Amino acid sequence: MLAALILILVVGGLVAWLAERYGANAPRWVAAVALALDGVLLVPYFARGFPDVGVWLDDVRWRWIPRFGISFHLGMDGVSLLLIALTIFLGFMAVAASWTEIKQRIGFFHFNLLWTLAGVLGVFLALDLFLFFVFWEIMIVPMYFLIALWGHENRAYAAIKFFLFTQVSGLLMLLALVVLAIIHYRDSGVYTFDYFDLLQTNLEVDTALWLMLGFFIAFTVKLPGVPFHTWLPDAHTQAPTGGSVILAGVMLKTGAYGLLRFVIPFFPEVVADFSPVAMGLGVAGILYGGMLAFAQSDMKRLVAYSSISHMGFVLVGLYAWNAAALQGVVMTLLAHGVSSAALFMLAGSVQERIHTRDMGRMGGLWTDVPRMAAIGLFFSVAALGMPGLGNFIGEFLVLLGAYRVDAPVTAAAALGLIIAPVYSLILIQRAFHGGAREIHRIRDFGARELAAMSLLIVATVWMGVYPQSMLNVSDAWVKNSLKGWQEGIVQTYSKPSDGRLANRRRP
Amino acid sequence: MLKYLALVPLFPLIGFLILVASQGNMPRRWVPWIGAGSVGVSAVLAALIGVEFLSGSFEPYRQMQWTWMRVADFQSGFSLYLDALSLNMMFVVTGVGFLIHVYSVGFMADDAGYARFFAYMNLFVFAMLILVLADNLVLLYLGWEGVGLCSYLLIGFWYDNPENGAAARKAFVMTRVGDTAMAIGLFLLFAQLGTLDIQSLMQRAAATWPVGSGLAALAALLLLGGAVGKSAQLPLQTWLPDAMAGPTPISALIHAATMVTAGVYLIARTHILFELAPAVLQLVAVVGAVTLLIAGFTALTQRDIKRILAYSTISQIGYMFLALGVAAFSSAIFHLTTHAYFKALLFLAAGAVIHSYHHEHDIFRMGGLRKRLPIAFWSFVIGSAALTALPFTSGYFSKHEILASAYQAENGVWFWAAGTLGALLTGIYSFRLLFIAFFGPENEHASEHLGFAMGIPLILLGALALFGGFVSMPLGSVFPREQPGELGILAAIVTDAAPFVGVGVAVLLYLTRTYPAETLTAPRWGEMLHRFWFSGWGFDWLYGKLLVDPFRWLAALNRGDIVDDVYRGVAVASQYAHRAFAATQTGQLRWYVAAFTGGAVLAIALGILS
Repeated sequence: MLAALILILVVGGLVAWLAERYGANAPRWVAAVALALDGVLLVPYFARGFPDVGVWLDDVRWRWIPRFGISFHLGMDGVSLLLIALTIFLGFMAVAASWTEIKQRIGFFHFNLLWTLAGVLGVFLALDLFLFFVFWEIMIVPMYFLIALWGHENRAYAAIKFFLFTQVSGLLMLLALVVLAIIHYRDSGVYTFDYFDLLQTNLEVDTALWLMLGFFIAFTVKLPGVPFHTWLPDAHTQAPTGGSVILAGVMLKTGAYGLLRFVIPFFPEVVADFSPVAMGLGVAGILYGGMLAFAQSDMKRLVAYSSISHMGFVLVGLYAWNAAALQGVVMTLLAHGVSSAALFMLAGSVQERIHTRDMGRMGGLWTDVPRMAAIGLFFSVAALGMPGLGNFIGEFLVLLGAYRVDAPVTAAAALGLIIAPVYSLILIQRAFHGGAREIHRIRDFGARELAAMSLLIVATVWMGVYPQSMLNVSDAWVKNSLKGWQEGIVQTYSKPSDGRLANRRRP
Repeated sequence: MLKYLALVPLFPLIGFLILVASQGNMPRRWVPWIGAGSVGVSAVLAALIGVEFLSGSFEPYRQMQWTWMRVADFQSGFSLYLDALSLNMMFVVTGVGFLIHVYSVGFMADDAGYARFFAYMNLFVFAMLILVLADNLVLLYLGWEGVGLCSYLLIGFWYDNPENGAAARKAFVMTRVGDTAMAIGLFLLFAQLGTLDIQSLMQRAAATWPVGSGLAALAALLLLGGAVGKSAQLPLQTWLPDAMAGPTPISALIHAATMVTAGVYLIARTHILFELAPAVLQLVAVVGAVTLLIAGFTALTQRDIKRILAYSTISQIGYMFLALGVAAFSSAIFHLTTHAYFKALLFLAAGAVIHSYHHEHDIFRMGGLRKRLPIAFWSFVIGSAALTALPFTSGYFSKHEILASAYQAENGVWFWAAGTLGALLTGIYSFRLLFIAFFGPENEHASEHLGFAMGIPLILLGALALFGGFVSMPLGSVFPREQPGELGILAAIVTDAAPFVGVGVAVLLYLTRTYPAETLTAPRWGEMLHRFWFSGWGFDWLYGKLLVDPFRWLAALNRGDIVDDVYRGVAVASQYAHRAFAATQTGQLRWYVAAFTGGAVLAIALGILS
């Protein structure tokens, strides 16, 4: 089943490419159908309920390169399930957002879109470090094409910058994971890249620090954390709307996922000492990103910098590493995914209509396009952390948990709550309020756009008033992660339902 | 009836959702029925619930809806809590709120954003009800932020003027500063006491912390931060006068009667915590006393009818803080209630003036409106009398209680003196407004056409402002340890005389003009003082220089992101390196040979020498 999730998107991408000859809409429908199939596959996981014991909901393991102990090993627990659901949901949104915007090479566009998503799903599922790295690369290349081919005026620069940042940092990760595997081989005489085996590698503190940094930088570039964030504003701004949706909504989350799945469980000894640094970087991101967002006049750039600010909370929460903070991280990932995707779609719609992202040339849009303006208001308000909407839950829980670990840092992070309205409300003011600067005779949201936005609104409200439904899904993961941490054991995963992972438990 | 408590906030929420879903396409004549009707139903329901509650034993009533968040030992739910205090607040919010909604039906009748206005108003009433009914601090925070959002939306309601937008943002961001302090307070309370449920939190606080404990003081201080932000007290008071950019019913509902008093409610609600921190409680009183004086002096100099009332609101909330600070919690809530009556009345009357007199705000361009606008005039007379606390109006009872309690408190003479001086100032500025705007030669250009929708709320609020002081909510079940204050004979005479002195001064300065006010501002120091007070004691200027300008400057300076320059530097360096190396590739053999030989010699030399 897990492999099918990825396979459907891979095949769907190829079919979409070929389907272009049957008309412009054919690739769009193929992409939508492929994503719908994936969505259907996910339903049983949610329907089955979530046991109190046992983290893994499903797993699959095939031999791949046995000589080096590399296997095709996928596994899904609560947190990956939530992130996969987010990926598929936002995949739909990306297809919807590209419906009228993309007019050239439609087939190839959807091929790249689906392959990016396939790579992302692989990243969220892989339990073999080599496989993880492969998926990590797979998602980057099609995204590069999305930016470079369908992007805006400065697309070549943005695409290359994106590629270099992620590629160089990916190299660090590759280096770190190969060294990790070699050290494991020296200790045990067995080559393996399997997640659970490598978890039990004993490391010298010095070595652990360097390896941890290799992974940490790779994931923090993706997250992004200050000071590795500068690829993001260019990539997000220049990407086509669908690309921005995937970048902000989904791809940033792979960085957070890497941190929570690998860095912290792998290197508990050094992570404890390193956490003040990471939390400090998080706070820096919150405040620095917020201040930069305020200064922008390009609408997409503003939203892009605000993402840096929001992801700062993720870094703070992850390194606080307690139940409230971790649940807060998961909620922030989900809620930010939805709200930033919506804001990028909105910015894309505005650009499609008035051919500019410059907020200095907008203003007064409320009069012309009240639906767009009201929806823009809604998501800006969600982004500034209004209770009752999803983003608040995440940030509140992060800060609630982090306060117990480090009160001064949390207080500094909370200053982000003051900066968030500063940049969110300036967006509203400059784009939608004020007197009209130019006469815009433009069309308000139509049925397709309204339907997409309504889904995003429902999701945001749902996360805001009944987050418990999602907290329950990730609950087992949180408990187990903390148990491993507290007992000084790397990680004690209980066996999955079918027992295939039973022998991988630490004695 | 109690079990229908959740419906009270639900009806305005439904009203909001219907109005939003209609996307402005609803026929105009339906809008008031949804917008004001939903709040009306809530008011009736609140009254029925109140009757049942008050005829019972005042036992607090809890109603759990659903779990909001439950993570490890943290839990928070959508659950409501009704006791005498929240009942009092619910009455004010739904009752006064309903009257203001009805008034708005007339006031906003010609506005293009009719449905949008009522949608925001309904959302506000919902959030405010959640705030006062919440049984845990997280849900309270939801209401707290929700009312802040609605305040933002309604201040900036007329969005085509960027100044309104700036005022709205200022209000939101400044209150957010306080809210953030409050949020940190929540984290602190949870980290220390392990719950955010208000009742068990208070119990645990009393059991865990001794009186005077540092942590209790810190927690109380952080909550106070939230309270001064929302209630526009020093040092976060400067947003409220600008908030007058919103439509006048908003000023009445949000920026006078309900939202701005949320800080008072918060402190009363968590009074057990504040009593554990006597120093912070003392600070509350000091904040109240200083704010009421500063705002009082500022109100003396304003020209805009709504700004006068706004500063007066800041000043009156100062009285409530003063009362809280001397542990006279029920007096604070009593004053909150009577203030809601008379200040809503004054704002709505000001709205009637503005509505009838070409949207004019400057009182010096009014004058002589007495005959032409009789309802507005008599509303102002009643409202000003109650505001000044002339005997037997509603404001008299509540303010008298506060000053008596202050007088009895430790070191309370100073608080009493400040309050009494403030009462004198109140007399001057309220009757200054009345005399300048309504007296003098009859004004030919104004005509009153209020209709039932605007007239009836004014008359009802007038009645409440006059007689509302005779009934007060019995709050003994919430604040059991409170003693009513008493004044000595001399102090009682001074207290009661102060407002009359104020009115007398106003008569001399502005009505009979025996000593015209202009003579006071004629000398240089008088003019400077006038300008200083007019600016609101320079707070806006100070914050602008200290915070806003540096932030803007830094943001503009770093617009291109200095961190990116490092990476751009790397790119530029590699380009230069590329050019440098490319230059060596000349294709000329002699250069290659020379370089090769030179390199070989160097390598050998290094090998020999090392």
